[in-house]
Amino acid sequence: MTGKLDHVPGSSTVSGTPLVEMRDMSIAFGGIHAVDHVTVDLFPGEVVGLLGHNGAGKSTLIKMLSGAYRADGGDIFINGEKADIGNPRDAKRYGIETIYQTLALADNVDAAANLFLGRELRTPWGTLDDVAMEAAAREVMHRLNPNFRKFKDPVRALSGGQRQSIAIARAIHFNARIIIMDEPTAALGPQETAQVAELTKKLKEQGIGIFLISHDIHDVFDLADRVAVMKNGQLVGTARTSDVTKDEVLGMIILGKCPPGAAPGPGAFAGEAAA
Amino acid sequence: MSTFSDTKAATRPAAAKRSVLGAMEIDTRMIGMIAALLVIWVGFDVFSGGAFLSPRNLWNLSVQTASIAVMSTGMVLVIVTRNIDLSVGSVLGVTGMIMAVFQASYLTPALGFNHPLVWVGTLGVGIVVGLLIGSLQGFVIAYLGVPAFIVTLGGLLVWRGAAWWVAEGKTIPLTDDNFKLIGGGADGAIGATWSWIIAAVAVALVVFAAINARRQRKRFQFPLKPMWAEVSLVGLATLAIVGATWVVNAYTLPPALARRYAEANSIPVPDGGLSISFGYAVPVLVAIGVGIVMTFIAKRTRFGRYVFALGGNPEAAALAGIDTKKVTVYVFALMGMLTAIAAAISTARLTSATNAQGTLDELYTIAAAVIGGTSLAGGAGTVAGAMLGALVMQSLQTGMVLLGLDTPLQNIVVGVVLVVAVFVDTLYRRRAG
Repeated sequence: MTGKLDHVPGSSTVSGTPLVEMRDMSIAFGGIHAVDHVTVDLFPGEVVGLLGHNGAGKSTLIKMLSGAYRADGGDIFINGEKADIGNPRDAKRYGIETIYQTLALADNVDAAANLFLGRELRTPWGTLDDVAMEAAAREVMHRLNPNFRKFKDPVRALSGGQRQSIAIARAIHFNARIIIMDEPTAALGPQETAQVAELTKKLKEQGIGIFLISHDIHDVFDLADRVAVMKNGQLVGTARTSDVTKDEVLGMIILGKCPPGAAPGPGAFAGEAAA
Repeated sequence: MSTFSDTKAATRPAAAKRSVLGAMEIDTRMIGMIAALLVIWVGFDVFSGGAFLSPRNLWNLSVQTASIAVMSTGMVLVIVTRNIDLSVGSVLGVTGMIMAVFQASYLTPALGFNHPLVWVGTLGVGIVVGLLIGSLQGFVIAYLGVPAFIVTLGGLLVWRGAAWWVAEGKTIPLTDDNFKLIGGGADGAIGATWSWIIAAVAVALVVFAAINARRQRKRFQFPLKPMWAEVSLVGLATLAIVGATWVVNAYTLPPALARRYAEANSIPVPDGGLSISFGYAVPVLVAIGVGIVMTFIAKRTRFGRYVFALGGNPEAAALAGIDTKKVTVYVFALMGMLTAIAAAISTARLTSATNAQGTLDELYTIAAAVIGGTSLAGGAGTVAGAMLGALVMQSLQTGMVLLGLDTPLQNIVVGVVLVVAVFVDTLYRRRAG
């Protein structure tokens, strides 16, 4: 019982090298094992929902992939090659873009400045090329949100959906191959949530792999190809959404009980874990 | 601002007044500050019977503002990153003392009186010392995690003590006449001709900048400012530059000094007496130069962008891959360098370094930045605003001296004005969202 996702029943539709493979990941803060030997993977054009209660360790797990935390143990493979991700810059080099729960925007600067934050375009003299950045921002924002006009305002003045589209624009502009969405719809209304769902499908068609993190199964179940459930820092199990019901996944989240359609992980409730 | 035209608000009469400023892309906060400054100036002028708005007083005002104005440009970046620097007054004291000692005891004896390398060497030593002190404080704040308030509060005591220690509390007179020019005074001004040349260059640069910005935006087919707005902005800037130059040139040497100057330079004295203009004082030009460079750093460089992003949302900045600790160290290092430049100005102005030099300057510097619209919550502030804030502070003090107010009363007024200014700014922010 390794918890490796390649052995998920019915995973024949996805094959080849996984885009991302996080093997045996561990990290502890003080004496708390926030993530305890968790293994997940992600294939091109696939959406994997990462589910669990608040504090289950899903965000922490994914922060090791996005470079915000350095893992205590475990290996990350990108396209089958071992990757060394020590900070957010490293992650970006591997084409990993993260859309954070908090949106992670600097409220006091404008859309273009946020879009290019940490990767500013510069003129031949080494100064900021604000005009070129604004042009690029207008181009990519037009694709995502044609009604967006507030290019000169600090993003503080924008709505939740507009802020979200900037965060997503950041991922698209830099040609991300792997996108991590941490509670992407937490700050959004129903219509904006639908937009994000639409966008997720589009990105998926382009062969981008997406990790979708949520504590709410309804946000994830319809969009995801697979779900991976965490509880108390451990992997309860993974399942193709076609093989399990919402109630069964709910059982995994709440009780740590693996249904027959799922591949159990180390965190599965021992009495019920049926291989 | 593009938002106004986007929402078609410009066509509505209610918004018409705002859209004039909007089209010119002028910060309303800046207008408020300039208006407040004008009210202070005219008020003092009326109560002092016309003494305040005399060329002589305005010239002195510009020289007295220079030192604090230089430091306030750095304080803006410090406060924008959600830090504070309480040590600048003491750092000014110790760098001023080190420069004076180095000049009097080493450079002048080694190179001879008024050797051109003496002032360069003195300033260089001061800047290096300021840079090291700032970097050390920045390192402790960023990498050892001690709050800036505590580190620089410690610095306030440490560097004041160090200033005493450098010369056992003695007052050290400067020996180099060239260095003294940095402080202003009768010789430390550039005269009428050079002042007009600088004004002409400044106007040319303003016009060039406006044309260049417009061409850039045209290239990408962005919304443009209306032509009348561009022309009025350039016109206003030109008017301000010409006006300032006229004022500093209207301040002439007193007859006795003018006669001595004429004799020294063998200029014939005409019958009506000589009229020799001061022109811009060197410290004022230094401060303006620092202001331009710091504005450039804040707005046009990657470092400046990171400073503001860090102040707006430190977590987002770190997640975007910005080395926030390094940025913090750089900000404090820059503050140290600017403090050294301010120390050169104030030491040269006094023609000696004293132990108490710069006492309370940290508070005036912070007040200037805050009055100039820098938010203590971080993320917001402008270099130009802070320099204007320094001018407001100095205007109040100069004005009250002209009116013959007692020092305790001056302190009370300055303190009240600081609190009121921040209150008004809070109201403005709440309204602007």
